[in-house]
Amino acid sequence: MESVTKKESIQQNDAERWASIIGGGAMVLSGLRQGSLRGALMALAGGTAIYHGVAQQNSIQDALNQTLKVEKTVTINRPVEELYRFWHNFENLPTFMKHLQSVKVIDAKRSHWVAKAPLDNQVEWDADIIKEEENHLIAWASVEGADIDNSGFVRFQPAPAGRGTEVKVVIEYNMPGGTVGAAIAKLFGEEPEQQVGDDLRRFKQLMEAGEIATTEGQPSGRE
Amino acid sequence: MKAVCWHGATDVRVETVPDPTILNPRDAILKVTLTTICGSDLHIYDGYIPSMLPGDIIGHEFMGEVVEVGSEVKKLKKGDRVVVSSVIGCGQCAYCSRQKWSMCDNSNPKAGLQEKVFGFGSAAIFGYSHLFGGYAGSFAEYIRIPFADHGAIKVPDGIPDEKILPLSDAFPTGYMGAEFCNIQPGDTVAVWGCGPVGLFAMRSAYMLGAERVIAIDRFPERLRLAQEFGRAEVINYEEVDAGEALKEMTGGRGPDSCLDAVGLEAHGMGLEGFYDKAKQAVRLETDRPPVLRQMMVACRKGGTLSIMGVYGGFVDKMPMGAAFNKGLTFRMGQMFGQKYIPQLIERVANGEIDPSLVFSHHLPLDETKRGFELFKHKKENCTKVALKP
Ligand SMILES: [Zn+2]
Ligand SMILES: [Zn+2]
Repeated sequence: MESVTKKESIQQNDAERWASIIGGGAMVLSGLRQGSLRGALMALAGGTAIYHGVAQQNSIQDALNQTLKVEKTVTINRPVEELYRFWHNFENLPTFMKHLQSVKVIDAKRSHWVAKAPLDNQVEWDADIIKEEENHLIAWASVEGADIDNSGFVRFQPAPAGRGTEVKVVIEYNMPGGTVGAAIAKLFGEEPEQQVGDDLRRFKQLMEAGEIATTEGQPSGRE
Repeated sequence: MKAVCWHGATDVRVETVPDPTILNPRDAILKVTLTTICGSDLHIYDGYIPSMLPGDIIGHEFMGEVVEVGSEVKKLKKGDRVVVSSVIGCGQCAYCSRQKWSMCDNSNPKAGLQEKVFGFGSAAIFGYSHLFGGYAGSFAEYIRIPFADHGAIKVPDGIPDEKILPLSDAFPTGYMGAEFCNIQPGDTVAVWGCGPVGLFAMRSAYMLGAERVIAIDRFPERLRLAQEFGRAEVINYEEVDAGEALKEMTGGRGPDSCLDAVGLEAHGMGLEGFYDKAKQAVRLETDRPPVLRQMMVACRKGGTLSIMGVYGGFVDKMPMGAAFNKGLTFRMGQMFGQKYIPQLIERVANGEIDPSLVFSHHLPLDETKRGFELFKHKKENCTKVALKP
């Protein structure tokens, strides 16, 4: 009995921390390293028991060893509504997220994701939207049986004085252990922060300039 | 097509490469009619610009004729004669929409590389290393222009290519440098470097109301051009102490603004010059800053330093005490071509200035290597080389 109570109280703390992160603009990296995003999102959504793995993630040490967490923010010179609408259709994401091969929307909540893995492999999972606030927040998490257990949220809020919209993304991946885990980790590059940063930069290019700047396919003296 | 590819320090080769194609809807393809070596191409030629890859096509100052446009290009059509800003801007981001084109958020596909060095990514520049986007350059028969409606600006008929070509880069750079001087009535502007950018800065300073312009260099031929084209009084810094001479020439006050049109390969004098050269050679210091040091000391109290010569990395032994205690203002940056080119075309069209006078040499593209050597060592009184593909 005692241990259960303890678990609940940890979860409660995580949820409070994440509630403040999602709502406010606190510097969250240290928070990210301590808590479980999924646990916090679940608690926020009120559906704690539905998804697997929540209980285990209350062990802070386990989470530290296995999870990869990234947060990144970009300001985009477009209105909140436009960005929210584009992102909310997950099928748009592979246009600027390089490691994604495809996303298929199944219904209002569920979608099927396929990511490119090293050596021509691919990894797949189903994800559910677990929380959405129109023109503000979309949070998602993979469902049981995912090749990579992952969750995250994207938050949109107006930037001051007509500077557009601040778009913040927080993603957490739980890596399977061992060599498979190492191979999958490669998928996210040596610097996952950079990869998410590049994805967001491409999102900004697409939304502001209507196209993604590229030099792929141009001539050089290397051919 | 034929193109000049960089393969290492002082190793540039004319090679046959595939023609460029439209890669994005807002692209255009240009047939290059005339291009030229810029002072900052010398930094690439000498291997001081990081993130160059062997095989990169170089060159960023050019003009040409539109031969193909992408589906989203609205203002340009096949057959248009245009001059192109060396700096690429998307036209839609917060910076482009405020006319600060060289700070564009969206034109540099490799901005992530730059973030590591500069904190934030800047705009891309044609043919100017992968830090600046890795776009293929203009020393070629054809070139792809991204965001073409913004970067490629139509040229009125009847003005020859030679008079327009410097509007791609050197003239707007000099003009922006003069604008950064914040010139007030009666002001004296001192310009370090009498290359093309310096020369255009001198004329632009007068256009913006300067009373006097003083030019500092060490090559007699360039000082002569500064007098004739730039209408400047001149100082040869190898013969006299430039700082003392400037003070004497300005009633003991010092110049109101000082403009750096030299950049990271400046030649220092004596021990200080040797120190920078040695440190740069072993890459302890990436840039040589003697011009910056001299300007900080020579400028009048409360004056303005305008820095248009290119810096890429780190400099040291900067006299911050001088700058701080004299309350100097520093302004600097890559130029905003899309902002200035249209108004400079006007000035050329109405005969106010003939930019072609900065060219001393006209060579075919095949002789690019020779052009670099002439320009770098100021051989045959070389001031600027136009290359014809
Ligand atoms: Zn240049
Ligand atoms: Zn832009």
